[in-house]
Amino acid sequence: MNDRIFGAIAVALAAFYAWRATAIQESFIQDPVGPKIFPFMIAALLGVSGLVFVLRPDPAPQWPHLSRLFEIAVTVAVMVAYALLLPEAGFVISTAFAAAFLSWRLDAPPLKAAIAGIAISVGIYIVFHLILGLSLARGPWGF
Amino acid sequence: METLSLLGDGFAVALTFQNLFLALIGCFLGTIMGALPGLGPSNGVAILIPLAFTLGLPATPALILLTSVYYGAMYGGRISSILLNIPGDEPALMTTLDGYPMARQGKAGEALALSGIASFVGAFFATWGLVYLAPQLVKVALLFGPAEYFALFALAFATLGGLSSKNQAKAAFAAALGLGISTIGVDGQTGVPRFTFGEVHLYDGIDFLVAIVGLFALSEVFVFLESHRGSADADASKMKIGRLTPPASMLRETTPAMARSTVIGFIAGVLPGAGASLGSFLAYSIEKRISDKKGTFGKGDPRGVAAPEAGNNAAAGGALVPMLALGVPGSGTTAVLLAMLLALNITPGPLLFQQNPDVVWGLIAALFIGNGMLLLMNIPMVSLFVRVLLIPPKYLMPIVAMVSFVGIYGISGSTFDLLVMIVFGVLGWTLRKLDVPLVPIVLGVLLGDQMEKNLRRAMTISDGDWTVLFGSPLAITLWAVAILGFVAPILFGHLFRVRRRDPEHVGD
Repeated sequence: MNDRIFGAIAVALAAFYAWRATAIQESFIQDPVGPKIFPFMIAALLGVSGLVFVLRPDPAPQWPHLSRLFEIAVTVAVMVAYALLLPEAGFVISTAFAAAFLSWRLDAPPLKAAIAGIAISVGIYIVFHLILGLSLARGPWGF
Repeated sequence: METLSLLGDGFAVALTFQNLFLALIGCFLGTIMGALPGLGPSNGVAILIPLAFTLGLPATPALILLTSVYYGAMYGGRISSILLNIPGDEPALMTTLDGYPMARQGKAGEALALSGIASFVGAFFATWGLVYLAPQLVKVALLFGPAEYFALFALAFATLGGLSSKNQAKAAFAAALGLGISTIGVDGQTGVPRFTFGEVHLYDGIDFLVAIVGLFALSEVFVFLESHRGSADADASKMKIGRLTPPASMLRETTPAMARSTVIGFIAGVLPGAGASLGSFLAYSIEKRISDKKGTFGKGDPRGVAAPEAGNNAAAGGALVPMLALGVPGSGTTAVLLAMLLALNITPGPLLFQQNPDVVWGLIAALFIGNGMLLLMNIPMVSLFVRVLLIPPKYLMPIVAMVSFVGIYGISGSTFDLLVMIVFGVLGWTLRKLDVPLVPIVLGVLLGDQMEKNLRRAMTISDGDWTVLFGSPLAITLWAVAILGFVAPILFGHLFRVRRRDPEHVGD
């Protein structure tokens, strides 16, 4: 069943992609193929493979329990927040929080996770910024 | 003779202090990444690329660093296979079959030393194969016009998909998805924006490094998160290594196995789409068929340890041949290495051999040097790496995630790229659940631009006549191999697939 849904999504994606491809403006510079044909070929391949999933689905994979899915969603949200906060709060602080969160969700006890977060953040800062000279996000405090 | 003098020049390039140091670092990191379950050659190299790039390393040193990691990972994978019965990366899967039983008989040290020697032999002769085969392939590549290149790319997708997936349709879907992603941005030929939805950030297209790191490295974090495998699989008390010198009789007994497996592995590596996992799988199965007369395979037969290790290291060297000579990678990790080259504005292929021989031959010389370093690291110093195995994923995976962010942020300093990377991480995890191979996606993102450019160039030359795509014997041959490569696994795939796949691999 999973594969049938996935196949339907693939077909829809192919249709959307082909539709957007028709909207590509033609340019005054022209070659015999133009900017649309290659996308149409890709859309055809996407669509056909999607149809195959619908018609001949594989057995459904083992999806994680709903609570796990929620957890993954929260982790994604934390990563997005991290990406957005990085330029605001600086590298060391945001990374310490994000790394601690990940470590905690991977079963580290809270205190150990906090220590791990700080250690990872400071460690990366030392190795990549101080030793290798990579530019990391600077927050209001300069680190 | 000319080849040897070029190789000599290569050694002059590689034997600088900086390059030797980078090779050493690469070998060390590579062995660690190979040994740690959850980090393999492809995602290991993927998270290092942005770093090598932002550190501003020139092409040759950057390539030396990353290929050393690649060779190192092929060595490292065996350590956890033998000691823990958990393959450190996918190509090391076959090594568990006889390596772990050997360790349980108290011969862990001998198994580690023997597999180290087998790895050295495989990689050493495969690198010689690279030296002689790559220039020959370049001569063939000089005959390629745009139509032949288009057919060659199609061949790469067809065979890569055929061997890396259970389901051809899913491989085709993955390739189409990757190609579709590559069309986002301003069209290089006519200057019109495509699929940008008015978003300024998308005009430059999606950076393939962002896609690769997201798909390979970040998705791994989600896989661990899903199963809560936070604790170390390793148990320190179980790991007794013992003597690290295999008896001479064992070496003598395994020599024919190593020789056969090196040849098999190298051929498997050169074929587009196969890679090291197939190399070790074929090497083990064929060796078992030839020498398992007393039914000792699977119960700790040394030949069953030597064969897959020689096979996967030889395949790793072989996979570099099409990557360097044609610009078409033979496996997931070589696809990632290709991304590195493209990020440095170097297009592999005949021109690379003509215009930058120092890059090619310096790299090959560095592989010889790195292989020697790896042998030294992996036998006398193996206990050092065994300690690394004790790092539990609950601390390792946050490091992987954070280093991925650091690398991508370092390239562009753009929050948008980080968000795109997260999207690719989630996408990679979902597709792995659905058994869609990730390597064709990466290949599509990497090669889409070239593929379209060659198609349109061929059409421009022929003035819109589509038959030009099948217009030369060379092109027809390439199409024939492509079709064969796509169809054959549907017919004979079940022979290859037994016990070879765990469902959530990333590719090698």
